[in-house]
Amino acid sequence: MYTQSFNVPDAPGGKAVAPVPSKEDPALQAAFDTRIDADGRIEPQDWMPDAYRKTLVRQISQHAHSEIVGMLPEGNWISRAPSLKRKAILIAKVQDEGGHGLYLYSAAETLGTSRDQMLEGLHSGRAKYSSIFNYPTLTWADVGVIGWLVDGAAIMNQIPLCRCSYGPYARAMVRVCKEESFHQRQGYEALLVMMTGTAEQKAMVQDAVNRFWWKCLAMFGPPDADSPNSVQGMRWGIKRISNDDLRQKFVDATVPQAKVLGVTLPDPDLKWNEERQHYDYGQIDWNEFWETVNGNGPCNKERLATRVKAHNDGQWVRDAALAHANKQKARSIKEAA
Amino acid sequence: MSAAIDYLLHLADNALVLGQRNAEWCGHGPILEEDIALSNVSLDLIGQARMLYQLVATLKGGDATEDKLAYFRDTGEFRNYTLLELPHHGPLSGYAHSSLDYGTTIVRNFLYSALMALLWEALAKSNNTDLAAIAAKSLKEVRYHLRHSRDWLVRLGDGTDESHVRVQASLDHLMPYTQEFWAHSPAEAAAVKDGIAVDLNTLKADWDAIVDAALEEATLQRPKAGGYVPEGKNGVHSEHLGFLLAEMQSLARAHPNGVW
Repeated sequence: MYTQSFNVPDAPGGKAVAPVPSKEDPALQAAFDTRIDADGRIEPQDWMPDAYRKTLVRQISQHAHSEIVGMLPEGNWISRAPSLKRKAILIAKVQDEGGHGLYLYSAAETLGTSRDQMLEGLHSGRAKYSSIFNYPTLTWADVGVIGWLVDGAAIMNQIPLCRCSYGPYARAMVRVCKEESFHQRQGYEALLVMMTGTAEQKAMVQDAVNRFWWKCLAMFGPPDADSPNSVQGMRWGIKRISNDDLRQKFVDATVPQAKVLGVTLPDPDLKWNEERQHYDYGQIDWNEFWETVNGNGPCNKERLATRVKAHNDGQWVRDAALAHANKQKARSIKEAA
Repeated sequence: MSAAIDYLLHLADNALVLGQRNAEWCGHGPILEEDIALSNVSLDLIGQARMLYQLVATLKGGDATEDKLAYFRDTGEFRNYTLLELPHHGPLSGYAHSSLDYGTTIVRNFLYSALMALLWEALAKSNNTDLAAIAAKSLKEVRYHLRHSRDWLVRLGDGTDESHVRVQASLDHLMPYTQEFWAHSPAEAAAVKDGIAVDLNTLKADWDAIVDAALEEATLQRPKAGGYVPEGKNGVHSEHLGFLLAEMQSLARAHPNGVW
């Protein structure tokens, strides 16, 4: 689903990244740098600097966690979807997010960290995930707006990741981006239909846009001046376009879409700047963003507790599957003997 | 015509109600792969419900639509098996709450899929060609649902001591509800007479064989039949369907003139 620009550090003190013995051999480092400079791909079996590996594990696992936590705000409306067609579309969409989580965890596993380790990081509250999911989905229109704006913002972030220097991540992102583009169009189409409906439906769409607009702008991460990790990420070909540039691209793309839809974007400073050939926009509330990233948003506790509960409630099921598999194995060994 | 409509609604309501229930797992599964698998099962069931409601809407004519049938009928008008509307946990009163229990989910999906694998195969030969086409498509889907739920039934039954006890309790809770499969219903009898439906009692021996073989592999004991026979397919339900529909229909009913 949706990444905020992942240059938000996890909380310290974890072991989410398996320590990999580093041979900071100058020759290996030089070969790595040459490949990066030539825009080549790094594959799991290749030598890579520890810091590169660590950054990727952090970024890919944050991305995977975002997909999984992101199932909850939209899943909130599956049972109440107002038509069978929309119900089917929403289930398929949330299921896609689960699928994205699965291949992202797999991509991160190629770096030598297990899904269990990554989940432990999430459940302990140490690993971050996209803070957009810490806001509640209050009406059905939120489902459409999440598709249009949140997935739209995510696509801006993610398309450059298809060219990421780490092969497994780049390849996973190609598929993720295709599905996200589909979700974005579905969300926008759902809103277009609602805007042909009753006055209450139109008000519902506007209200959802008002609540999500600023949160979506913040999804691109802190301004470039305050993003210390970005420079190194650019150097490594993990990050291709800066937070502010992506944010601007998103604003420029979204303003005409809002016009077609017939909604107002809640920013009095939003206007076309002839000189810059871009839209100017107002001040993002970074205090609120950091409060939410740091666990104090409206739904942080609920989201995390829901993930932990699902995991803990499912322990007996996973244990049973493992026990049965072991019994089967023992039986087949006995039969063979 | 009316016999066909009643019977098709029974099949459609079965699919919708179980699809609605299985979707409750989306985001809460015991492992990510099972979130995805159950969402798939749910999507198949809702897809089946849509095809069947669309067929009913065509037969009824007028302003009937799939959504009117799903969202604007009340509890007593639903014709699904009671088994399918029960929450994913052991026996509790309608307004009581408990965590989702995967054993209950698996046992229910297994018992129902075992039936539908046989029924869709038989209905693929229905003299209603539209129903026959829906049955042929649904058969492919339910064979996967049966494999999925049967595999998990065996894992849970033959897994740990805890999983064995839990899934046996789910089986003891749910098996009596399957008596409804074989009970008489006027709508079903009329549809059988018209050559649209199949007499389920002709499938019972095969169903028993599928169930008994799986239970043996899962080291589970089949509870004795007997006691109350539910009547969901005649419109007499448990306390649970009212809550399920209240939630499912709330938004559509709050905006009866809305377009979605």
